[in-house]
Amino acid sequence: MAEFKVDLTSNCGGIISPNPFWLASAPPANSGAQIQRAFEAGWGGAVWKTLGQPIQNVSSRFGAIAYRGVGGVGFNNIELITDRPLETNFREITETKKKFPKHAIIVSLMVETEDEWRDIILRSEDAGADGLELNFGCPHGMCERGMGSAVGQEPKVNERITGWVMKYAKVPVLVKLTPNVSDIIPHGMAAKRGGANGVSLINTIKSIIGVDIDTFTPMPSVGNASTNGGYCGAAVRPIALHMTGALARHRDFGLPISGIGGITNWRDAVEFMLLGSSSVQVCTEVMLRGYRIVEDMIEGLTQYMRKHQFRTLPDMVGKAIPGFSEWGNLNMNYETIAKIDADKCIGCQLCMVACNDGAHQCIHPDQNPAVRVPVVDEAECVGCNLCQIVCPVESCITMEQVQNGFAPATWNQHVNDGAVLRPKKGAH
Amino acid sequence: MKLDPLRSETVFEDAKPAFSLQEARVESNRCLYCYDAPCIKACPTEIDIPEFIRKIGTGNIEGAARTIFESNVLGMSCARVCPVEVLCVGDCVHNHQDVPPIQIGRLQRFATDAAFESNWQFFEAGADTGKSVGLIGAGPASLAAAHRLRRFGHRVTIYERSNTVGGLNTTGVAPYKLRADDSLSEIDWVMKIGGIDVVTGVDIPAKKTWAELEQAHDALFLGFGLGPDSWLDVPGKALGGVHGAVDFIAELKAKALDLKGVKHAVVIGGGNTAIDAVRELLVLKKAKVGALESVTMVYRGSEAGMSGYVHEWAHAKEEGTRVSWQSQPIGFDEGTTKGRVGAVKCVSLDSNKKPVAGSEFSVPADLVLLAVGQAKLSDLVKDLGGVVVEGGKVVAAADGSTGRKGVWAGGDCRNGGKEVVNAVAEGRDAAISIDAFLVKGGRRG
Repeated sequence: MAEFKVDLTSNCGGIISPNPFWLASAPPANSGAQIQRAFEAGWGGAVWKTLGQPIQNVSSRFGAIAYRGVGGVGFNNIELITDRPLETNFREITETKKKFPKHAIIVSLMVETEDEWRDIILRSEDAGADGLELNFGCPHGMCERGMGSAVGQEPKVNERITGWVMKYAKVPVLVKLTPNVSDIIPHGMAAKRGGANGVSLINTIKSIIGVDIDTFTPMPSVGNASTNGGYCGAAVRPIALHMTGALARHRDFGLPISGIGGITNWRDAVEFMLLGSSSVQVCTEVMLRGYRIVEDMIEGLTQYMRKHQFRTLPDMVGKAIPGFSEWGNLNMNYETIAKIDADKCIGCQLCMVACNDGAHQCIHPDQNPAVRVPVVDEAECVGCNLCQIVCPVESCITMEQVQNGFAPATWNQHVNDGAVLRPKKGAH
Repeated sequence: MKLDPLRSETVFEDAKPAFSLQEARVESNRCLYCYDAPCIKACPTEIDIPEFIRKIGTGNIEGAARTIFESNVLGMSCARVCPVEVLCVGDCVHNHQDVPPIQIGRLQRFATDAAFESNWQFFEAGADTGKSVGLIGAGPASLAAAHRLRRFGHRVTIYERSNTVGGLNTTGVAPYKLRADDSLSEIDWVMKIGGIDVVTGVDIPAKKTWAELEQAHDALFLGFGLGPDSWLDVPGKALGGVHGAVDFIAELKAKALDLKGVKHAVVIGGGNTAIDAVRELLVLKKAKVGALESVTMVYRGSEAGMSGYVHEWAHAKEEGTRVSWQSQPIGFDEGTTKGRVGAVKCVSLDSNKKPVAGSEFSVPADLVLLAVGQAKLSDLVKDLGGVVVEGGKVVAAADGSTGRKGVWAGGDCRNGGKEVVNAVAEGRDAAISIDAFLVKGGRRG
């Protein structure tokens, strides 16, 4: 049988790349030499580190959190936009585009006045940019100067500047949104009203990554002080997924999305695509592991698409949107309980202590103290998943559906139409 | 006790070297932090292992050490000496998913070594109760008991027959696990609680009678261990070069052995002392101490029937021991040097351990170590009415109390010869029981 052929070509708001994996605008996309190495490794596109009036950076610049010995689970930085001369950047963009004509180079921009925007757009396009990304998201350093997230947090300013850009830009424009807002929708809509071809999100989250408890200095420490930085890395992915999905499913939005935030591998990338991303951008994992991670991302995505018989990315983009619902529309009569596979169980009893202290006290020791496999009190189990989450053994605890005889009924149906709900469990 | 700086044990290297900080970090983060963990249950002293490992992971090394010592005041030596393969590590849940188990012993060593290096002290003597406890023998059981009794505020005096403190922990542990000086520095650390009086060179009951002891103390703890190596009653048993294995090991831990002219060594027995002796001789051979060429174990049973630990025997085999299974020594022959052993005469045994006629053979031996058990010292207590001895072991309840009011027992004299960690647990628990007896105003009956 002929192999199922898949096409990884990505089209995000008119920006075409051989695959959906782009370097995000960040240190890995700081120079032509770096981006050329990334393209050689297999990246489909790169968002050039933000151009504007070159700045000067501090030392140190990065911080990270570790969990149980694994460093970089969450990451932050206080680095600003490019510190290299604009001429150098433009020259390298041209060189890189010449060497990799099929790859997408998107130039991230951040300036202040309309004249500055016009000038830098024209120069970027002259250099060979395939697209532009407006950095309305940086939450440190630049926002204090009235740029970055200071723009992204004000829909009217966002819309006005996007409008300026669209007057001059001939290539597609993505507006990069900040997550430092209570609701992403007005900000996505502002970009749309301004005429953007798409949005990218999320930028980093305003944060303090840690405090040096011996010097009493927040981190990353610059001498005896620090400042708020931008939080990113694997730990922010849930926030990014939510904001991506929220925009993607909004009936009035409809713009293409380039998803960003904590993507470390092909699985993470697939999740973003299923929630509506046409391309994905990666920074932190590349900073921690190098450009080479893209090999696995390409293979993993290809195999995933074969498995689900998706020929092209549009076949899969947004597939999880219908499943992203309001709480009031969830089926209250859907019931699961935990099942422990005694053959796989190694007897650590982490499920038991987690359930007892952190959930609903329905996992108990076996009556025979020699037996380490815990027992689930199924009449009490509320199906919360905590035991499955703490279990160190792959697929030892499964959450299985119970056929309880109740017809599906949502909370809204219950309130509005009197739909019958099953009795509550564990609520005594 | 003075240790010869050139003593033979100094040629031995640690079988399980110390973890670096980085190794300890990585290993501690592999621990699942099981609830009601099987490793705790497998430890006779029930150290809260997941808790101390978690503390190592968070950088709270001092807290890790405190957790260990709270349960086992000899936690430093137990970290090195314990047969973890059949205790905590053997019960690590990772074994059930074919993942290497956590190296608990080495993590424990990491935390306890740090405590000694930094001289962390975790314990203070309790307010003086005016009560006094006499402890017979200065081995791990008595030390653990004395330390706990001092925490309760009772006065303690340890009576030791020899001039060495620490018992077999000082004189008997294979030096690739624990050296004598480490044991002695551990005792110094234990003594820092203050008020533990140790009197050495006192033979009980010859030099001090039970009546005198009971007069002097409100309670007694028997921790006198086992007696000398058992001997084989065969022709040539008195020849030079024939030693008890426990005795020989004590020599090599304290002194520089003279093994000149020793080419062939034979160890008789199949228990852990025999395996220790074999492995120690193989190290001496490798280090070219003396002229050792071969080390042979002679054992009455089969490989499957040996009482020594499988993991220890696996090491001995790997290290190149020769072995003669199902072989019974029937005599020691004089060699070329007058009055000294030259060979072990043996006969093969059938599967019922009956001699096979005509199967006699000789194994060359300039050095013979007898590891066929140790004498029981039950005679010591024959005048202590109510203290029952069965099979050479002092009979005691789970809390260590014996049939005589006011007398407790623990360690090898009670369990017949187990691990240091068993002695510590028995000593500690006896102390708790003694305290309960004393605070209720208890006096010997």
